[in-house]
Amino acid sequence: MPEFQRFSYDVLVIGAGGAGLRAAIEAGACGAKVGVVCKSLLGKAHTVMAEGGIAAALANVDDRDNWRVHFADTMRGGQYLNNWRMAELHAKEAPECVRELEAWGALFDRTKDGRILQRNFGGHKYPRLAHVGDRTGLEMIRTLQDHGIYTGMEVHMECTVLSLLLDSGRVVGACGYDREKGLFQLWQAKAVVLATGGIGRAYKITSNSWEYTGDGLALAYNAGAELQEMEFVQFHPTGMVWPISVRGILVTEGVRGEGGVLRNSEGRRFMFDEIPDLYKDSTADNEEEGWRYTQGDRNARRPPELLTRDHVARCINREVKAGRGTPHGGVFLDIAWIKQHLPKAEERIKRKLPSMYHQFKQLADLDITKEPMEVGPTTHYMMGGIRVHGDSQMSSVPGLFAAGEAAAGLHGANRLGGNSLSDLVVFGRRAGRFAAEFAKKNEANGAATKVDEEQLQATAKAALRPFDNGASGENPYQIQYDLQEAMQDLVGIVRTESEMQQALEKIAQLQARADRVGITGHRQYNNGWHTAIDLASLLVVSEAITRAALLRKESRGAQFREDFPNKDTEWGKQNIVVKRGADGEMLVEKRAIPPMPEELKAVIDEMK
Amino acid sequence: MLTQAMFRIWRGDPAGGGFQDYVTPVEEGMVVLDAVHRIQAQQAPDLALRWNCKAGKCGSCSAEINGMPKLMCMTRLSNLNLEMPVILEPMHTFPVIRDLVTDVSWNFRAKKTIKEFKPRSPDLPDGTWRMQQADVERVQEFRKCIECFLCQDVCHVLREHHKEDEFIGPRLLVYAAALEMHPLDNEDRVSDLRKKHNIGYCNITTCCRQVCPESITITENAIIPLKERVVDRFFDPLKQLFHIL
Repeated sequence: MPEFQRFSYDVLVIGAGGAGLRAAIEAGACGAKVGVVCKSLLGKAHTVMAEGGIAAALANVDDRDNWRVHFADTMRGGQYLNNWRMAELHAKEAPECVRELEAWGALFDRTKDGRILQRNFGGHKYPRLAHVGDRTGLEMIRTLQDHGIYTGMEVHMECTVLSLLLDSGRVVGACGYDREKGLFQLWQAKAVVLATGGIGRAYKITSNSWEYTGDGLALAYNAGAELQEMEFVQFHPTGMVWPISVRGILVTEGVRGEGGVLRNSEGRRFMFDEIPDLYKDSTADNEEEGWRYTQGDRNARRPPELLTRDHVARCINREVKAGRGTPHGGVFLDIAWIKQHLPKAEERIKRKLPSMYHQFKQLADLDITKEPMEVGPTTHYMMGGIRVHGDSQMSSVPGLFAAGEAAAGLHGANRLGGNSLSDLVVFGRRAGRFAAEFAKKNEANGAATKVDEEQLQATAKAALRPFDNGASGENPYQIQYDLQEAMQDLVGIVRTESEMQQALEKIAQLQARADRVGITGHRQYNNGWHTAIDLASLLVVSEAITRAALLRKESRGAQFREDFPNKDTEWGKQNIVVKRGADGEMLVEKRAIPPMPEELKAVIDEMK
Repeated sequence: MLTQAMFRIWRGDPAGGGFQDYVTPVEEGMVVLDAVHRIQAQQAPDLALRWNCKAGKCGSCSAEINGMPKLMCMTRLSNLNLEMPVILEPMHTFPVIRDLVTDVSWNFRAKKTIKEFKPRSPDLPDGTWRMQQADVERVQEFRKCIECFLCQDVCHVLREHHKEDEFIGPRLLVYAAALEMHPLDNEDRVSDLRKKHNIGYCNITTCCRQVCPESITITENAIIPLKERVVDRFFDPLKQLFHIL
């Protein structure tokens, strides 16, 4: 019988990116004993990859900015499917959370008068992104990490969580194993925060690392929690397309924010060809005006390159499909051209976009100050996730909270750049606080926290099954690859009913193969085993994405249905919720969005 | 470019191990990590390695490639001589866990021994500070650190002499420098740097600076200024004379 190493906490945080660390810090500050479990080493989570900045209406660069404008921008970007309460709280609390980071040591770039500098970004009306060159995410995670390690949280690095544990419907902890030794662990807790990030590894071309297999979403789903907005996967318009080995790696939107333009193989700035009605009035109709906008002219309108990500990604897709792509199947992103307008453009590019310069120089042998980059869409972000209460971030399972990318609600059908870093700190903080309160309350009323030993043993046994299958079982890497290929081809940027039906069949076949997955070697740091375990989460998430995308018979935000190319007013009033049925089948249903309070409606009308 | 290459990878655990050869197809634009991934997927599914971002931003895939501490994700095959086997080893300074994975947990423990950031009171009643870009930039260089620990790996105080209990190594001296030179920080770490962290053990051979994938000028910009602060405080001849008198 497998042994479990046992730990006990008030609050267990799963995931140590921006949201997880912020939640852990807050729960600790509220007096809770906090445990953090993460899949990689501390400080390596995908937050480090965030480049452009953190959106907050500080109004340091443009004093017309305030929470109301940020709220309206977020709702417009999300095509009004957002949880409006979360969008409101986010816009109101983001500035405070940015200042908090500064108080913990973060060093943002400065304005001339010494305040935090803010830059333009897609979908944000005013320059709103506090940033550090193009490595804002690293600054943020390091700040949280270096603040957090002194707060007494216990960090379990390089662990995989296998299952959440419930007692009378309430979450009482989680179990998993550590990668280093392959030993089983039990983390008992009075409340659990899931901050496991995204699902990018369900797709072949992605900016996400191996970690992002949707573990938190699958854990919550299996524990009975509801998922929401699963059909909305953000394809970032600009990922690297060459060399093939770095395909998908992110090229920050900051390149376009600093004046970078998109051109097809004919040299045409194709983004001017199609501007959505919702943004017609706020988008420049000529190159000269667009340039002035990027250089801070307050009276100029944004260039079409800075339209929302879903739109830019589709335009790039269209150009490539029409045969106007680059040699490696992307389009050109040109920042070098700014030398026509600016003296010392080269230094400026290196100063403003240092890691982009570095990344292309080292990985593609290309000097972005001299030549255009080749870019194409890459799976980047999951708008959907665990359905939570807007204020407390608690899911439909008592004691189970979620924050950051793993939670749904804030971004609706499409996320604006910069809103994810602010999401992490605003809702990480809330989840941590409410989880600590929940833990305290339950302690006071003596709620049960019994761990089901049978479930524990069954989980461990299932996790070890791939070893029994051994070398004769299916190769886990191959199954993962086949799933990524199926999702990329059949549930990608452009979707149709028939392809998605095919995808469901493939997922079922892959599920059957995953049941026969086999690995060799032993339990110590066995990457094959880890890949085999991740398959279960990937399959749940892939099925949920496909079923939700099938149900939503319209095109909105990140979801584009070729068979239903238009927006549908009725669908605009509905979220899609995914949950597990009584017999383990996946249920997908519509859920009406609650009516927005008058004062928020007024804000949106006023900003139209 | 060759169509295939040989990778001689160290495989083993704390009990011991040795090199194993793997031949795998290679293409233009590939980095070492790609080749290792291919070997893992097709020939050695249980090969242990760490990686995350694949873009030189997370600092997970540190290893010794042909004897040089490097990130596997940022080392292009076109820069290596593929006529010879490419030799891959785990970082030598840290205890091996398995294959290319080492136990770097000491770095995380040692960090906690450095006094944390302590800002001065806010400059304005609204709780904010004012800082100039020029002042911020000096520290931003240090904050580029991705904690790959290659500098720790190459530091002879740690690698040869294993002074982990007495010396914090270049990464953590950079961390201390970032705090000491932070425009808002009010803490005093100079005495700790001398007595607890033994900055004097560093004899500025600049090996750490040479392997830094983020090109942080570790020795000149971080360690030497810290050494100067220690010298100013404890070894100023005039002050010493004053003491004697």
